[in-house]
Amino acid sequence: MRYLPLTSEEKSAMLGAIGVAAVDDLFTAIPADIRFKGNWNLPAPMGEQPLLAHLKELARQNRPATSAPTFLGAGAYNHFIPSAVDQLISRSEFYTSYTPYQPEISQGTLQAIYEWQSYVCSLFNMEVANASMYDGASALAEAALMACRVTRKEEIVISNCVHPRWRQVARSYTENRGIGLQVSADHVAGRSEAASLEKLITAHTAAVVVQSPNFFGNVEDLKAIGELCRAKNVLFIVAVAEAASLGFLAPPGDFGADIVVGEGQSLGIPMSFGGPYVGMFATREKHMRQMPGRLCGRTVDKDGRPGFVLTLSAREQHIRREKATSNICSNQALCALTATIYLTLMGKQGFADTAKNCFYAAAELRRRMRPTHRHPFFNEILVELNQPAVEVNGRLAEQGIIGGYDVSRDYPDMKNKMLLAVTELTTKQDMDRLIEAGGA
Amino acid sequence: MEYPDGLHYTKDHEWALEEEGVVTIGITDYAQSELGDVVFVELPEEGTVIKAGEPFGVVESVKSVSDLYTPVSGEVLEINGDLESEPELVNSSCYDAGWMIKIAVSNKKELGELLSADQYADYIKSLK
Amino acid sequence: MAQQPGARGLVFNEPLIFEHGRKGRAGCDVPKSEFPEIDPATVAPPSMLRGPLEGLAEVSEPEAVRHFTRLSQWNYGVDSNFYPLGSCTMKYNPKVNEAAARMEGFAGLHPLQDASTTQGALRVMYDLEKMLCEVAGMDAASLQPAAGAQGEFAGLLLIRAYHKEKGNPRKKVIIPDSGHGTNPASAALCDYAAVTLPSGPDGLIDLALLEKEMDGDTAALMLTNPNTLGMFEKNIKKVCEIVHAKGGLVYGDGANLNAVMGKARFGDMGIDVCHMNLHKTFSTPHGGGGPGSGPVLAKKILEPYLPAPRVTLRDGVYGLDFNRPKSIGALNAFWGNFGVYLRAYAYVLTMGGSGLKEASETAVLNANYILAKLRGAYHVPYEGTCMHECVLSDKFQQEHHVSTLDIAKGLIDRGFHPPTIYFPLIVKGAMMIEPTETESMETMDTFIAAMKEIADVAKTDPESLAAAPVTAKVKRLDETQAARQPDLRYRR
Repeated sequence: MRYLPLTSEEKSAMLGAIGVAAVDDLFTAIPADIRFKGNWNLPAPMGEQPLLAHLKELARQNRPATSAPTFLGAGAYNHFIPSAVDQLISRSEFYTSYTPYQPEISQGTLQAIYEWQSYVCSLFNMEVANASMYDGASALAEAALMACRVTRKEEIVISNCVHPRWRQVARSYTENRGIGLQVSADHVAGRSEAASLEKLITAHTAAVVVQSPNFFGNVEDLKAIGELCRAKNVLFIVAVAEAASLGFLAPPGDFGADIVVGEGQSLGIPMSFGGPYVGMFATREKHMRQMPGRLCGRTVDKDGRPGFVLTLSAREQHIRREKATSNICSNQALCALTATIYLTLMGKQGFADTAKNCFYAAAELRRRMRPTHRHPFFNEILVELNQPAVEVNGRLAEQGIIGGYDVSRDYPDMKNKMLLAVTELTTKQDMDRLIEAGGA
Repeated sequence: MEYPDGLHYTKDHEWALEEEGVVTIGITDYAQSELGDVVFVELPEEGTVIKAGEPFGVVESVKSVSDLYTPVSGEVLEINGDLESEPELVNSSCYDAGWMIKIAVSNKKELGELLSADQYADYIKSLK
Repeated sequence: MAQQPGARGLVFNEPLIFEHGRKGRAGCDVPKSEFPEIDPATVAPPSMLRGPLEGLAEVSEPEAVRHFTRLSQWNYGVDSNFYPLGSCTMKYNPKVNEAAARMEGFAGLHPLQDASTTQGALRVMYDLEKMLCEVAGMDAASLQPAAGAQGEFAGLLLIRAYHKEKGNPRKKVIIPDSGHGTNPASAALCDYAAVTLPSGPDGLIDLALLEKEMDGDTAALMLTNPNTLGMFEKNIKKVCEIVHAKGGLVYGDGANLNAVMGKARFGDMGIDVCHMNLHKTFSTPHGGGGPGSGPVLAKKILEPYLPAPRVTLRDGVYGLDFNRPKSIGALNAFWGNFGVYLRAYAYVLTMGGSGLKEASETAVLNANYILAKLRGAYHVPYEGTCMHECVLSDKFQQEHHVSTLDIAKGLIDRGFHPPTIYFPLIVKGAMMIEPTETESMETMDTFIAAMKEIADVAKTDPESLAAAPVTAKVKRLDETQAARQPDLRYRR
């Protein structure tokens, strides 16, 4: 077996040094009645050649969105990834290292986390960001828990224009703690109205949660909702599911958000059937010690040279155990590094220009289709069809086109509609084919 | 290790000093030395009413964290605001500039149940 | 004695990316859009639109590449040298797995594509669930948890849902004091009180204490087997019986699974639900802290509650079933860290059943070899053979005022990653050494020699250890300053 270096002579020598006759003598602590003696129903070892052939065959049974005209978004987006990104994250000093608990030999990871935290703060216009969460959805759930800790209250008001699956994750994380989720009904209007959120706010409300652009691709009126939150003295949580929008839209921090979370998949991370992605998490300095997750800080070494360490770790599970701000340990470090490299390559102009190209494509799609709503948008549009989305998608699939998301799966009263996403990779030809083949 | 006479001590390593119905509370020399460099102290808001034996705050060092327990019940009159920017006072001056809260004590009898300096010193010896 | 691997090498100083570059430089060429460039102000008020993107870099591609290459050189990975980090299972990360995750047929899949276009990916999930169940002796699995801690959370949610359906979710979870910090934190996340169970003098669960603590309010016992002292809970069947007798369930933390593959299975021990850390036992890279993958596996009684969706196979066609009325719901936006568990799938196929068993046997052999060689030079708090990791302490070195931390930093100078230090909490000055199965005897011998040399230096020249490391990019860092005056982001 090519991953196992020991020869049988070496094994014998080692057993001799230990003072036992056989490897099995090292397993005597396992009582006989639970020793596994059965016939393991696992395959025989496979060499690299047949394994690659097998994997290629499985890969061939998939039709990846990256090689077809695609209009699917709803939380994962097909953006361009510069070649340098994968080359750099393939440096195995990065990807084969552990969490940087020994800072002297982890400065690369640590400085990259510091740069990531700085980028997240800039993109969101917030004061402090952590090293990453699992994904945007779990980051949102953790934001809800944090808001309840900060305010010592136990209700969250959440717009139903927030991604349905993100709301489900928030529910999984909060409901056993007795935290109530009050969900608005704003989907018909396609935008969270301050008035409808206000009706749900009570003396027990810790925070109001909206997503912008929201699940339907519409940009929320963060100014009005932020003012509502301040007037009602509740925290304002903003979620960003499409990080590319941060190059085009004003950051949530401009509107007084207290916690901002996001999904960073659009920042150079392949769609990979749903993961691994990276959760972005930022807040105000005054709430820093209530944050979940790891934080990297800049300090100096014994000789006064700059360096980086994990810090404020008394918040975390390995020290504070059941009183920790979260149970998170492993995070999505390599994906945060990926996004850091992506943002560095795109730079100030490239990131903004890419976002504009997404917007131009969306504006054109909107002009050529029948949009359900008339709100400001970025790169996703809900459009009207003459028939159920599933039928239109079936027709598109016959032409090798991956259609949009059928929102009636989550909003049963939203029939004959489809959520279409475009990016800087969408071509005019793709769009022509969509409109032609869709016939809707 | 210093354990000044005239203070009352708890087995959770807090000290209490009573002066005309106002009790000042901090942590002992032993506690600060076990914690190491204190980096943050979380204190309650003034006006909070707390009960003896209940946690009123948290003290953090780089690698550990401890709850702070009040030895007496009462209303928090004042907190040591200096600790926000200078948590190191807990290390450098635990009985003086590193004090944490002042409480209007509601039941002076509770002080009688605490340890004297000698008793506390013996208790510390028993831990080793 | 073989030459120690630690040496000086040329590394580069490298500022923050924000201190690089010139106005107008870029590391990408964004093409002009094919679509009409309409003015954004026609669809949104200016207050909704982004001004200049302050805080982003302006560097060319070569500058960016050099920046991150230099940062990588300040890191230590499994590919650099021995990484005996206890409880973390830093085994070799096979390269064919990386190739698999990068195949466009997998990496290019959108999670919401129609199942007819993702049959290969769904088959990977279906088959991997089955294979992991076989390894653990469990009936059903979900690959959705993104890491071990989320797997624990999922497992405890299953337990809660089970008790709730029986009429009472119960109030507490018992956790041995040797457990990982994630255990009590996960219990708290499920609104259970975490009750700590002190270990017996032999380092194992004290049956009498457990019997006393276990009651009708206890939802579960959460244990790690082998435990974090590297010892197998030999009374595990009895332990499970005590918990089951009071209607409780047993949760198995799979952090130490690398010790027992093919030797004993959680399901056969009486454990009802467990998670696995694919980034430990199944060779997927740690990535500097993540991403991991923490599948949750359960006995039949808990299957209805598993996270949705479940992967199904009907008439030869794979699908995702969202209609799971009793499910604990969703844990992340899609189906977990597919790119990670795809690597684990490639690993299981490479190793096969016989290879996994050999991996565990070799991991245990290696740990015992190191223990045997270091006994005497270092204090061994719990005697006997160990499983896949051994725990030592700094008791002997403390006589010379040398601590576990000093020993760890001394190892860095000698070219090794230190073991896990100061864990488990129940051993003062603990050093937890987990060699894994992918190390050669020469590597272990040089590590043993370095450890012995450090034990000698502790007696003769303790100051040199207090000053270590001196060969790394930086010396010991001021963590107190970092925490007192947090500097968590770049400011111009």
